[in-house]
Amino acid sequence: MPVQVISGNYAQAYAAKLARVQVISAYPITPQTTIVEKLADFVASGELQAEYIKVESEHSAMQVCISAAGMGARTYTASSSQGLLLMHELLHWASGIRAPIVMGVANRAIAPPLSIWTDHSDTIAQRDTGWIQYYAESNQEVLDTALMAFRLAEHEDVRLPAMIAEDAFYLSHTVEPVDVPSQEEADAFLPPRKARDIVRPGEATRLGSYIGPDLYMEFRYKVARAMERVPATMAAVEHEYERITGRNHGGPLPLYRADDADAVLVTMGTATTTARSVVDALRARGEKVGLAKLRVFRPLPVHELRELARTVDRIGVLDRSYTGGLVGAAYSEVAGAMYHARERPMLQNFIAGLGGRDITPPMVEQMYRRLIGAGGSEVEWIGLKERKEVA
Amino acid sequence: MTSYETVEDLPEVCIATEPSDQIETASWRTMRPVIRLEACTKCNVCWKFCPDIAIAINEEGYPVVLLDYCKGCGICAEECKPRAIDMVKEG
Amino acid sequence: MARLTIPYEEYMRSGHAACPGCGATLAMRYLLKGIGRDAIVSIPACCWTVIGTPFPTTVLNVGMMDSAFEATGASISGLRAAADALKLEGVTIVGFAGDGGTVDIGLQALSGMLERRTDAIYVMYDNEAYMNTGVQRSGSTPRGARTSTTPITEFSRGKVERKKDIMAIVAAHEPAYAATVNVAFPEEFVKKVQKAKGIHGPRFFHALAPCPPGWGYSPEKSIEIGRLATDTNAFPLYEIEDGKYRITRKLGRAKPIEEYLKAQGRFGHLRPDEVASIQEEVDARWKRLLQLEALD
Repeated sequence: MPVQVISGNYAQAYAAKLARVQVISAYPITPQTTIVEKLADFVASGELQAEYIKVESEHSAMQVCISAAGMGARTYTASSSQGLLLMHELLHWASGIRAPIVMGVANRAIAPPLSIWTDHSDTIAQRDTGWIQYYAESNQEVLDTALMAFRLAEHEDVRLPAMIAEDAFYLSHTVEPVDVPSQEEADAFLPPRKARDIVRPGEATRLGSYIGPDLYMEFRYKVARAMERVPATMAAVEHEYERITGRNHGGPLPLYRADDADAVLVTMGTATTTARSVVDALRARGEKVGLAKLRVFRPLPVHELRELARTVDRIGVLDRSYTGGLVGAAYSEVAGAMYHARERPMLQNFIAGLGGRDITPPMVEQMYRRLIGAGGSEVEWIGLKERKEVA
Repeated sequence: MTSYETVEDLPEVCIATEPSDQIETASWRTMRPVIRLEACTKCNVCWKFCPDIAIAINEEGYPVVLLDYCKGCGICAEECKPRAIDMVKEG
Repeated sequence: MARLTIPYEEYMRSGHAACPGCGATLAMRYLLKGIGRDAIVSIPACCWTVIGTPFPTTVLNVGMMDSAFEATGASISGLRAAADALKLEGVTIVGFAGDGGTVDIGLQALSGMLERRTDAIYVMYDNEAYMNTGVQRSGSTPRGARTSTTPITEFSRGKVERKKDIMAIVAAHEPAYAATVNVAFPEEFVKKVQKAKGIHGPRFFHALAPCPPGWGYSPEKSIEIGRLATDTNAFPLYEIEDGKYRITRKLGRAKPIEEYLKAQGRFGHLRPDEVASIQEEVDARWKRLLQLEALD
């Protein structure tokens, strides 16, 4: 198992190559570009036998994947920010048609003003599209998760598309050591796609169709049930991956020093790494704090969150996005899960790190201070540059 | 035709496989074509131009109107050169 | 079977939901007679979405896939990619989209498909407005036509702009083959499709599909109207192969455009001077087509 020092983008490309994707649609957008460039290299050199379609927009990129998947091919694409937003219509289509597309997203802020730097607004704004959503913390996790996503998405009990989000530049362009599975290991883990309900030449079928009020709701119910089956299927897939590669990334909500914590911060993406070091520093000073990494956002790990609430009184949720609500989206999701928890914790929302604003250890410490101390408003923007009035 | 009434009846994906010709569009029409075979030259123009494929050709080469489907558009009567088709009021 | 001028075999069924006299249905019927069983047809939101009957039934006797409205060009690129990746032999990939879904919202994806040289056939069936949604004007609506968004009042005389020349746009992409076809001339329609089937690369058809409710005429006149469109030079029949233009139907003398216009309610408001102006436009376009044909 060779260890390569590669970027998160290259990790995505390696995962797609190891998965033996058959159709790739490519449209460039910073900071995803090196994913599609690396894939172009793999295809051009013959290392990857795939149809590489150079589309003229992200909307078309997703349509190419949907149509190709509708004929039974294994497909991959990648995007960010504005490009992902442009795909929005088709993200709904992909899940509705139950296409097991895998997509890499380099999380990037949304214009205006135009920013190439990281935040999660782009993927958070897609939370209603029926896609499985992962947020990765390291390049190793990007590769492993992307490879696992193919198997999960194509699983007969699931058949839903999946996106693997990685923070722009922190992961997309920063190199880290990554244990890249061999093709043999990947083949052992991921067999060719066994496609069902597809269009084949010579058969009179119509994939998509149209419908009145009589049966639409029932098709949506099928998607809901599929989402319900994801957690168990994901656990089985991750177990199998660990058996072959020895690696496990801790399921949908890996905890760090949360057992006896008075306060836990829920984080997504690379802010988790920063928060982990702050937890260690605070613990060394006798503060009982912990961390919960929201690794899988869709489907939300409701069970795991409620379990956490049984032992932890104060939970903060760090949103690295702002999508127009009175509260952050991740916070509202967690709060929703906690509403029916047996013991409801105190919840607080922190919004930070938008548009690539660095989330620093002092900022994270400030969040823990808020959690531990009483008071403070329900939502706080940490690191905001404002002129404070001195009383 | 398979009955689709509950979520259990449905396929997992919205994929349609039943042929449409179980739908009879006869009730759409207010006029009906009547072919006078003695004037028919078996040119098959009526068959050729029917948007509903509601004219078949029998063994003898004569057109036969498929009354289950004919919507009474009148293209066959209009295009028939020997004027062998009359559009007659339904009912 | 005596005297059949087009193939007998059908690849679509009755029971569909098209209006009586629908030109778009005939366009699909003749297209499929030219291509046969191993076609996979991608359709966007358009009349054919609804003509194609609701779940669980399907009208076509070949594979069919629905796509997003603006994405037919991308959809067929995806289908072709899958067919190649899965090593499926002898599959003809077809996109079948309306005029709105091609010249307006679908133009980008069509351009992409042509530029990428996707091995597929794109058919634009042209009923000259957004018919499925109630006759709103599209870029393909001819000048002067009444539509629901270009009504006739003392201030508004129908569509102001000229019809987008989609064949010119397609020609600029240097397709492997492009042709206009008309449901009123099925023999030529089928022949051109059969020819295109044997050509590799991006192929395009502009198919005239007369629409009784949208154009304002009695359904039995659909073929007659289609015929008049070509015989007045409003819709010339020609093909482009390797950049070479060839007009495939030429009358000795074109009929006056007035015959075509007065047969349709959507042009019923036109004054003689407006008709004359349209005649000028038709003559100019025809002249230009003759010049293009004369080029080497």
